[in-house]
Amino acid sequence: MSMIAMPTPDQKILDQRQEIISALQAALPAGRVIHDAAEIRAYECDALTAYRCPPLGVVLPATTQEVSAVMKVCHQLGVPVVPRGAGTSLAGGSLPTADSIILGTARLNATLEIDTANRFIRVQTGVTNLSVTGAVEADGFFYAPDPSSQLACAIAGNIAMNSGGAHCLKYGVTTNNLMGVKMVMADGEIVDIGGAHLDSEGYDILGLICGSEGQLGIVTEAILRILPKPEGARPVLIGYDSAETAGQCVAEIIKSGVLPVAIEYMDRLCIKVTDEFSGAGYPDVEALLIVEVEGSEAEIKEQLAKVVKIANKLKPVELRESASAQESALIWKGRKSAFGAIGQISDYMCLDGTVPVSQLPFVLRRISELSKKYKLEVANVFHAGDGNMHPLILYDANKPGDLETAEKFGAEVLRLCVEVGGCLTGEHGVGIEKRDLMGNQYSAADMEVQMNVKDCFDPGWLLNPSKVFPLEASEARRSGAAK
Amino acid sequence: MNKSAAPVSEGEIAEIIKQAKAQLKPVEIKGGGTRDGLGCPVKTATTLSLAKLNGITLYEPGALTLVAKAGTTLKAVEKTLRAKNQRLAFEPMDHRALYGTKGEPTIGGVVACNISGSRRIQGGACRDSLIGVRFVDGNGDILKNGGRVMKNVTGLDLVKLLCGSHGTLGVITEVAFKVLPAPEREATLAIANLNTSQAIDVLSAALGSPFEITGAAHLPHNKGGALTALRVEGFDSQVEYRLSRLRKGVAAGLETRIIKGSQHDKLWRSIRDVEPFKNTSRCVWRLSVKPGDAPAIQQQISTMFDAKYVFDWGGGLIWIEIDDIENARANEIRKILSNFGGHATLVRAPAKTRLKVPVFQPAAPGIAALSSSIRKKFDPVGILNPGRMVVREPA
Ligand SMILES: Cc1cc2nc3c(=O)[nH]c(=O)nc-3n(C[C@H](O)[C@H](O)[C@H](O)COP(=O)(O)OP(=O)(O)OC[C@H]3O[C@@H](n4cnc5c(N)ncnc54)[C@H](O)[C@@H]3O)c2cc1C
Repeated sequence: MSMIAMPTPDQKILDQRQEIISALQAALPAGRVIHDAAEIRAYECDALTAYRCPPLGVVLPATTQEVSAVMKVCHQLGVPVVPRGAGTSLAGGSLPTADSIILGTARLNATLEIDTANRFIRVQTGVTNLSVTGAVEADGFFYAPDPSSQLACAIAGNIAMNSGGAHCLKYGVTTNNLMGVKMVMADGEIVDIGGAHLDSEGYDILGLICGSEGQLGIVTEAILRILPKPEGARPVLIGYDSAETAGQCVAEIIKSGVLPVAIEYMDRLCIKVTDEFSGAGYPDVEALLIVEVEGSEAEIKEQLAKVVKIANKLKPVELRESASAQESALIWKGRKSAFGAIGQISDYMCLDGTVPVSQLPFVLRRISELSKKYKLEVANVFHAGDGNMHPLILYDANKPGDLETAEKFGAEVLRLCVEVGGCLTGEHGVGIEKRDLMGNQYSAADMEVQMNVKDCFDPGWLLNPSKVFPLEASEARRSGAAK
Repeated sequence: MNKSAAPVSEGEIAEIIKQAKAQLKPVEIKGGGTRDGLGCPVKTATTLSLAKLNGITLYEPGALTLVAKAGTTLKAVEKTLRAKNQRLAFEPMDHRALYGTKGEPTIGGVVACNISGSRRIQGGACRDSLIGVRFVDGNGDILKNGGRVMKNVTGLDLVKLLCGSHGTLGVITEVAFKVLPAPEREATLAIANLNTSQAIDVLSAALGSPFEITGAAHLPHNKGGALTALRVEGFDSQVEYRLSRLRKGVAAGLETRIIKGSQHDKLWRSIRDVEPFKNTSRCVWRLSVKPGDAPAIQQQISTMFDAKYVFDWGGGLIWIEIDDIENARANEIRKILSNFGGHATLVRAPAKTRLKVPVFQPAAPGIAALSSSIRKKFDPVGILNPGRMVVREPA
């Protein structure tokens, strides 16, 4: 048995299944409701595949009005709703419960407006992250947040998780690139927040919604900031024989005043596996940094010269400036396929704690000690510039007890991240995965005030309940006992 | 309780707020008092000054992180950062020019009002740099959200909610920022004699270029003729390169000159702080709009009454100076704006006008209801800066 519990489904709702499905069918055009047991299976988990549960049913509305119709039905019948984008959450954010309806964004996939003069794009939230850049690329623009899952993940999920990517050191994460949303409230009311202008006065509801993990409403449209594409970009590979030196190099680069667009880190195991998988030609070193800078040819040269000078002072084992577009692509190919490569050799659990950059070497050392203690291998690959770590704990899903050990190991690492001044999750979200660790980062009062905010949006706690907050903490609200 | 309390610790603030709640006695929260004219006037018997809760608690240049207590002066924060060639990305505006106030702005005040400047278009707003807050809510509970690391999605983002809440959700006691390296150099390409529509086109084209414009303003009433300004930053050679590309590109065929050094710093301070409107008694509006709408908005307003303009953010931010007649023309301005979208804030007006006219753009009913219920959760009896934002007060 794995350790993360989900509440017992509400028998009353399970008994009403037929009525609920019929009510949804009546409220929507034909073909929007999926209730066949075999078809529902496709929605039983997200990328945290260790946890699965088929929902009561699935709806795939195509317009904001249809989403509103769904929410009205569910509100009236008291049915929990779990919003779902592409289902790539690593935190169990879109994991259903047996008594919930999955509301998927697959049909909300229209690009509504492209305005390069005013530098924004308006989309329905089911579009993929990469397709947003695709829509504006020909005009010389791009959408900055670039999660490694960008080919698959939806803007809906990006907004819900406030997703980041390799380039957010310079460009920020989703919340810094989101200008407005259209959202359907728990009772079906439609609201518009923000717009093509910046910084609405009044409480920053937009900021609150971004990263709220489907707790506050169903986001159906988004206005995203698009940026002019840089003239060029080039990475340099730097290998060191210790994590300490690599960590020092990161801090020195940042202090020097150069702001690379990305500083990525991989450890020996990760380098080996991704290299075999992608043929990136990585050197065999303890710690590998990929530092990327942007600009015109001259600007790139000047920045790289500064980076290389700093790196060389610390005596790298290997230093390789990309000399061509192909070499650059190859360097990134390895990094971008890291998760996939590890996935080929083992089951893994991906942690996402962030630590102050100065604590990186210490935390890496502790992780390798813990790896010995729990007898599970760890591959480290992460965004070093901002301290957002991704230790991948390798385990064998078919070996009884292994997942539980991995989870215990993971929890210990995350507690450590908080202890050294960091947090549980930098970009993947809490979901169910880190739900029960929230008490390590926040006091009961800190969590209570967050739940108070959810009360304002979703008084009946029907939107993605049993996520984010520890079950005991949210129990009274979920069971309707709270006023 | 004192009429004016100046607590030195978070614990003390919590006690003061608990008492205030028990006695139903509202407090006005004060930082440096330099932005006293911002928002609706608040009348309370007690003020709570944050001035003595000050000091930088943590600064790690290698991690681009700075944490400071709320009463720390902005000046002290900026000085600390400058010593390590770093800065706040959002270039907070100084309201002393507009209001004629004295004293020193505090970092807590900057956060409470989400104060940003010209660099907002490139470096984000104050709320984008803010990564953590500690605060005391209207129950006297000491709370925190976010932290000191720049990537953090743990739980709901109350950091953003507190930023720009004008002291109506909590007394902010400590703030944490992501900071940025300061560039080696800044310089401006100035273009002469464009009308607003031409100017916005040029600014827009420049903002669509890869040259990372960090300031894009248009000053129609500039002495010596309208001035359109594009600011670039970076290391020396980069600045030269960017200026020359802009000159040959978006500004081709126009009358241009380069502004550098102290002239440059003076120009951007003047734009950031709206100095063209200082030392007058007229009202000042601040409109945030879709940049391309700026010329049409100016045109519609000009047909109705006499006004002066400063355009920043590539046209997305319009400062308007008008006479204080008919409630600072609030109805007309907001009516015109409703044809376009965006929001209008009455930044400067006599207290009596700000008591009659909503200072902040009235929200749509759904959002207003949400805001009011959020306020009620954080401050159930309505003792924190009551009336400042005219989010409906708890009954
Ligand atoms: C191989 C791999 C690599 C990854 N790399 C990164 C990375 O580099 N950076 C990063 O940040 N993440 C990464 N992720 C995590 C994941 O891709 C992101 O969290 C992503 O944003 C999820 O998007 P999704 O569309 O798949 O959302 P889902 O998994 O479907 O849902 C995520 C959350 O969003 C909510 N939600 C979905 N739609 C809506 C809506 N319309 N309204 C409100 N709430 C909604 C769900 O309820 C859920 O809580 C990676 C995942 C994988 C599998």
